[in-house]
Amino acid sequence: MKTQDLVALLASEAAPVDRRIMSKRFSQAMLLGALGALLLMMACFGLRPDLGRVASTFLFWFKLAFPLALAAASLWTCTRLSRPGVAIGWANLALAAPVAIVWITAIPLVLLTPASQRVALLLGHTWRVCPFAIALLSIPAFIMVFWAIKGLAPTRLRLAGAAGGLLAGAMATIVYCLHCPEMGVPFWAIWYLLGMLIPTLAGALLGPRWLRW
Amino acid sequence: MQPVEERLKTLFLAGLDGDAACYREFLDKLSGHLRGFLRKRLFHLQDHIEDIVQETLLAVHNGRHTYRSDQPLTAWLHAIARYKLMDFFRSRARHEALNEPLDDYLEIFASSDAEPADAKRDIGKLLEQLPDKQRLPILHVKLQGLSVTQTAQLTGLSESAVKVGVHRGLKALAAKIRGAL
Repeated sequence: MKTQDLVALLASEAAPVDRRIMSKRFSQAMLLGALGALLLMMACFGLRPDLGRVASTFLFWFKLAFPLALAAASLWTCTRLSRPGVAIGWANLALAAPVAIVWITAIPLVLLTPASQRVALLLGHTWRVCPFAIALLSIPAFIMVFWAIKGLAPTRLRLAGAAGGLLAGAMATIVYCLHCPEMGVPFWAIWYLLGMLIPTLAGALLGPRWLRW
Repeated sequence: MQPVEERLKTLFLAGLDGDAACYREFLDKLSGHLRGFLRKRLFHLQDHIEDIVQETLLAVHNGRHTYRSDQPLTAWLHAIARYKLMDFFRSRARHEALNEPLDDYLEIFASSDAEPADAKRDIGKLLEQLPDKQRLPILHVKLQGLSVTQTAQLTGLSESAVKVGVHRGLKALAAKIRGAL
């Protein structure tokens, strides 16, 4: 087929294009991904029994704010990386800020704790399962977010995959907060972050293969 | 550079709103720019240029819903062209790792072959490999210029199936090209 014929073929498909398709795709992906994570969490872990009481404390909402902010920042990054020729730009800063805030809060807390109790503060009771639980819960959102990005036009596949993985991980962590009994900031700074980095890494590895278009 | 951006952008935006004539002119002009862009970069691979031009055109078409009018069109197009070019290099490197000696000989014959502006890979042949429900709508609606209703009657598909068939068919065609590289 000559290029001219291809041009004619493509031009004849000209029809008004729905330009809100990006927000539609990401809303669908996130809705289904969150639902999947919620069902998985209820099936595997269950709600924490004292959720009603703890939900009225500041600390609980501070904990929730961490993955919430990362989810917002990585969603922003994903939408930028899904469009050709758009740099990550300020989204970088939005990604770094929540991590920085949690770490800045955590470090003095660790330093102020007597040396004998520091290990307990850092490891909590559930450090062994926490990152893997988050990685498990991120699977539905991971698949959905990859579907959303692939339907757009990512040109930097490794970065787009990593951002998609982080978005899935952050959403999984939000849901996991409804189960997780840990209330120490240093614990979140390490293990929540590690949990979110597992799907991020998976996204960076799978992006070049799964996101090709 | 500025007038080109302005001109292309006007045509492209009109195309996004459904103006087929503008969209066609945009694609025509874009093919020319792409050819120039690639000629400078593909020194030893001149006879692959038309393939990459076609693949990039298809990619621009399939990804056109990701363009936002507040963004420079040149940046958007350049990112797609570069992506497709890198993709070409990658598959070629993979391919050559397996077939290098043979390919070298073929290259010699290929150079005396047909006119240089011809694409090496025939999209028409790839089109034939698509399933009927995608191939027939593309064939009748796009290449023979029949209406959706006529095509529906001719193929026994519903009208919405014809429209979906064209849309999916073009995406599948892009995937086939990736596989054939």
